[in-house]
This record gives sequence, C-alpha cells and structure tokens, in this order.
Amino acid sequence: MYRALWRSLPGPVVVRILILALIIAVLLIVLDQWVFPWMAATFVDEGATVGTAS
Amino acid sequence: MAENRDAAGPSGLVKTLGITGEALITIAVIIGLFVLWYAFFNPWVVGLRQEQVAAQQSRQLAQQIKSQAAHAPAPAPSAGNLATTGQKANAVPVMAEPPNIADTIGVVYIPRLGTDWRRILRESVNTELVLNSVTAGVGHYTGTAMPGGLGNFAIAAHDIGYGNSFLNLSKLRLGDKVYIQTSLGWYTYTFRNFQFVQPDAINVLDAVPTVSRNAGSDRLITLTTCYPAIFPPLERVAAYGTFVGFSTTPPAELAPTLAKDG
Repeated sequence: MYRALWRSLPGPVVVRILILALIIAVLLIVLDQWVFPWMAATFVDEGATVGTAS
Repeated sequence: MAENRDAAGPSGLVKTLGITGEALITIAVIIGLFVLWYAFFNPWVVGLRQEQVAAQQSRQLAQQIKSQAAHAPAPAPSAGNLATTGQKANAVPVMAEPPNIADTIGVVYIPRLGTDWRRILRESVNTELVLNSVTAGVGHYTGTAMPGGLGNFAIAAHDIGYGNSFLNLSKLRLGDKVYIQTSLGWYTYTFRNFQFVQPDAINVLDAVPTVSRNAGSDRLITLTTCYPAIFPPLERVAAYGTFVGFSTTPPAELAPTLAKDG
C-alpha cells in the first residue's frame, strides 16, 4: 500500500518527500476539522453533568 | 521495471496480508492521534478561544455594571425590576433565569484553575451549544438558582475535552474563591468541600445539596464535572461552595487578570 504510494510519486527523493509531507498535512487538517470531531461525538462519553442531561 | 520484478515476487496471499497489516497500522495510528487530539491539542485550541471570548464578554459586562451603578448609586433594598430575595439586611440583586438555551449569563473566574482561566457561563448544560462550544465552556443547570440567589446555583463543565474547563476542579482548596461576573455585578463564592457521586446523583443540584429541594436561607454553589479524568468517567465530582458577597466593583484578587485583559 505505502510502497505503491511511494512508487507512484514522481520526481527525485527530495520532491517525493515534499509531496508526502503535503499529503500528510492535508490529511491532518481533514482529521482535525472533520474526522476527530465526529469520532468525539460518536465514541466519547463526556459526561460532565449529573443526571440524564449529559 | 521495478513493478515487473515485484509482480513476480510475493504471492497474492502475502500481498493481501501486507495490505491488511498496513491498513490496521494506519487505523491504530489514527486512533492514537485522536486520543492526543482529544486530550491535548483540541482542548488547548478551544481553551485559548474560550478564554479570549470570556475576556471580551467580561469587558462588556464591566461597562454594563458601570453604567448601572451610575444610574442607581445606592442599591436600594427593593431595587426596581431586579428580583431581590432574602433578608433585607443584605439584599443581593439576582438576575432572572434567561429563557433560552445558551443565553449568556456571565463570566466565571476561578483563580485556582489558572491565572488566565475564565469562561463564559451560559444557560443550560447543553453539550453542543454550551459545554463543547468554543465561545462558552461552562453551563448553568436549568432550574437551579441564579448567581447570588437563595438555594443552589449549579454549574457544569468538561474536565477533559473541549477546553478542559474543569480539569483541575478537584484541586480546589478550602477557601478558594469562585467569582461570577454578570451584568449586575460580581458574586463571590468560597469553596467548601467535594462530594464524589454516581453520574445519576441529581440530588447534588438540590437547593440544599442532597438534603432538601426547598431553599433555606443559604446561598450555595455546586460545580460538577466528571471524575476521574479517564474514559469512561464512572463518577462525578461535585464541588460545593457558599456565597460570600456581592459587589459592583471587581474583586481585588482578579485585579492582575482584569488589568491584562484591558
């Protein structure tokens, strides 16, 4: 999977690393903005309150 | 080419296992990142924003307090439309409970939780609109007393997640102050004790916590959050305090913080 990804990137190693860093940055932003908030709302029992209002 | 060489290499099964393994590792890394995000990164981002908007709100309220004090220099026992409750000797102005969820009540200051710690207090303990909100953080249990009112003024916030507002609530010490700033003035409470309870222990919100639903002559505060700060949080901590006083001038203890806010 990752081997295929690395091979599909064009250019010399330095360019590939830069492209990869860009992909990772975009991925982190997507995680921070959409995926993690959804995971928090779906899987985490926050329970700061007493009663059923949590 | 390299691809031709590989195609003749590992068998289909090995390839499938390899891809499955990489996928599992990816999921594990994402879950690990999520935990770090939830416990550290997001609370830091949200907390900074919550403090920032609370400082703005505080400045706005200070203006309102000032203009009101100018109009009514002597706080008469029966002060206009304010619902004054309790003994005439120490009448404390108490604001009416806002009608809507997420209406702003005021700003909470608890110096023990940090010199920069301040949060906007909103009506209700609604998760999305109040507790998780980047512009709030602390919620007022609907139906409990308002700041300075007879009975129990009960509020809640997260310990971990969305600003970590009450992360250090269980570090309060006897005598620590809790300040509530509203458009009427400053209410001061002093911390008294903790009670660790089950999540369904709504009697900590009673007018006299766990004792009576009818308000006596006491003015109390209850701050709740989850405990311990792990998942799932199986208990709740209730921090109780008693009312000390009301003033239209800011408390001396907050002078440095307020000066920094401008």
